[in-house]
Amino acid sequence: MTTSLHLWLIPLLPLIGAAINGLLGKKFSRQNVVRVALIFCGAAFAMALYVAYRFPSLAMPHLETVAPWIRIGSLQVDFAFYLDQLSLVMLLVVTGVGFLIHIYSVGYMWEEGGFYRFFSYLNLFMFFMLTLVLASNYLMMFIGWEGVGLASYLLIGFWFTKDSAAAAGKKAFIVNRIGDFGFLIALFLLIKHFGSLNFVEVFQSISPLKPETAGIGLLTTIGILLMLGACGKSAQIPLYVWLPDAMEGPTPVSALIHAATMVTAGVYMVSRSHVIFERAPWALMVVAIIGTLTAFFAATIGICQTDIKKVLAYSTVSQLGYMFMACGVGAFSMGIFHLMTHAFFKGLLFLAAGSVIHAVGGEQDMRKMGGLRTKIPWTFWTMTAATFAIAGFPPLAGFYSKDAILWQAYSSPYGSWVYWFVGVFTAFLTSFYMFRQWFLTFFGEYRGEGGEHHDPHAGAVSAPHGDEHGHGGIHESPKVMLVPLVVLAVFSVIGGWVGSARFGGFLSPVFHSALPAVQMAAREPGLSEGVLTVISVLAALFGFGLAWLLYKQRPQLPRQIAETLGGFYVAVLNKYYVDEIYATLFVKPLVDGSTHILWQGIDRDVIDAAVDGGADGAREVSDTVRHMQSGNLRSYAGWIAAGAAVVIVYMIWMGTR
Amino acid sequence: MVPLSYYLALSGILFACGVTGFLIKRNIITIFMSIELMLNGVNLSFVAFAAHWHALSGQVFVFFVMVVAAAETAVGLAIIIAVYRTRETLNVDQINLLKL
Repeated sequence: MTTSLHLWLIPLLPLIGAAINGLLGKKFSRQNVVRVALIFCGAAFAMALYVAYRFPSLAMPHLETVAPWIRIGSLQVDFAFYLDQLSLVMLLVVTGVGFLIHIYSVGYMWEEGGFYRFFSYLNLFMFFMLTLVLASNYLMMFIGWEGVGLASYLLIGFWFTKDSAAAAGKKAFIVNRIGDFGFLIALFLLIKHFGSLNFVEVFQSISPLKPETAGIGLLTTIGILLMLGACGKSAQIPLYVWLPDAMEGPTPVSALIHAATMVTAGVYMVSRSHVIFERAPWALMVVAIIGTLTAFFAATIGICQTDIKKVLAYSTVSQLGYMFMACGVGAFSMGIFHLMTHAFFKGLLFLAAGSVIHAVGGEQDMRKMGGLRTKIPWTFWTMTAATFAIAGFPPLAGFYSKDAILWQAYSSPYGSWVYWFVGVFTAFLTSFYMFRQWFLTFFGEYRGEGGEHHDPHAGAVSAPHGDEHGHGGIHESPKVMLVPLVVLAVFSVIGGWVGSARFGGFLSPVFHSALPAVQMAAREPGLSEGVLTVISVLAALFGFGLAWLLYKQRPQLPRQIAETLGGFYVAVLNKYYVDEIYATLFVKPLVDGSTHILWQGIDRDVIDAAVDGGADGAREVSDTVRHMQSGNLRSYAGWIAAGAAVVIVYMIWMGTR
Repeated sequence: MVPLSYYLALSGILFACGVTGFLIKRNIITIFMSIELMLNGVNLSFVAFAAHWHALSGQVFVFFVMVVAAAETAVGLAIIIAVYRTRETLNVDQINLLKL
């Protein structure tokens, strides 16, 4: 039975909004821009809810083909949409969180220039993200994949007059290109070997294949290339460097694109391709190792950051690492579970951070905050919910998903106690740096300049980096910003109550082929799930306690510890110099090579020289020859006569031979 | 019977005179006359060959040349008069608007 839900409308609605605002918005009043953006985004959300309502009565997977697109030989790609449990979860998260952040942006961006441009980009992002989520083949997914990259670039560089923002946008785009390169090659391999890009057909032809336990075969190659793509989009080692810089964008953008939705596209893509990964244990191991390493590595950097948004950025990288760890041990549904809860609490954290930045007039340095607890209570309480959620305190959302991931990392046939141990340690670090941020921002004495003594209209506090919000005086954000905070806070608290088992059960039709019995024998877990849960909660508590000790009770201690650690602390503070290493290893050779060999060598000295040389030669020859054409009639006649004489002489000579 | 070579030599001399006149003279009228001289030099060789080979086609060809020459003279003289009226000179060295 084919009931059509008109799935194509879901991505198209935000596109219409983007087009209206982008093309005509310049003349609109701010209210009208907001109306257009919210109506079309909200309509997509309503559609998604309707789809969820109709969902139980649908046959899975639900396919809707809108129009043929590419027909080359046997390769056939359609504009088609694919709905199953996995895309439904993503659909609801993207449209729901996206809609809330649209609302929040109304308040946050009200004072900014380019208001219509901002909402046009946001809607455009929604279009591409929904295309990515609903695609029924890898090529449509790739369009969405590239499109969200474009929207991300446009929004990171939203304040394009600021050099650092423009550079951050370019960095994000270029680093993503490296990952996309891997994704593309994987697509080419799929076309070559399976003759199709449709999820259904590709997975059908892969399903009968045996797992490649022996070595690196075709599926392993495809898996690793897909993972390279996911590393770029989801900011994993070695391509995570763009995400912290992406914080140059407006804070709602950081919340929507660089925390809740776009960066999770890699997790979604890997989960969607679970059929490939399950048959490539090596690729799965790569995913797990990258995820675990990234989770730990980014968490250590997060400890030393002082910029409130940078802390959250590294935290996002770290949490994405958890999701990949889950995928890597074959627990795809737990990765998606964490993706969902993370979308709630990390989106909330960013929005709350934006509210804090808004309150203190554009300041992003946590060392200049403090004591904001009583001044912005709504922001404080919502951020508290999110902080406890991400730290993994029961019964908040983050606890359930993180705990499920750690349990799977320990007990799954692909898992190992190493993943678990690093994961728990990272959970401790997460708890520590999140509460460090919490204490620095909301407790103690206010360390910024002016603040409450300012006349509320005394003009702008200068913003050395980041969002320009000159209001002066610490004040709570407007209601339009607080409502999304509260809604997300509710979800951060209750989002995990669905429980990992029920959530996994809901997704199980998608991942039903997960862990075919063929590979390794199931391991006997040494510790029970309950013990592990207690350990991870203890880790979170310990992180809380340490942060409390260092940043609440004895604020002079951190400096002493930093001095004791010396060089190591400096290295962490400077993000392990990864950017500098990349600059030396890749950027500088590339720039130098391009400058000296490609530009000055090949382009200027070979190609340009050949073309210019040809033109110069023609001109010089012409310069010489044109003197024949003097305009003097008799010299022409002379030439004709001389020519005739030559012909006659030649003929006579021929005749006398 | 005058041998053919005499005619041809005279024809060549006439043609050479025409070429020389064309190249060294400056007055358009003189140049024009030199062209006629060249044409008639060629005509002479045509009729000489026609008589020698007892073939009529050479003589017919001469008639064509004379007709064309007459037409050319008419057009040419008209051009010369037009040039003289505008430029007040017949010196080719001064009629050089198209010169580089």
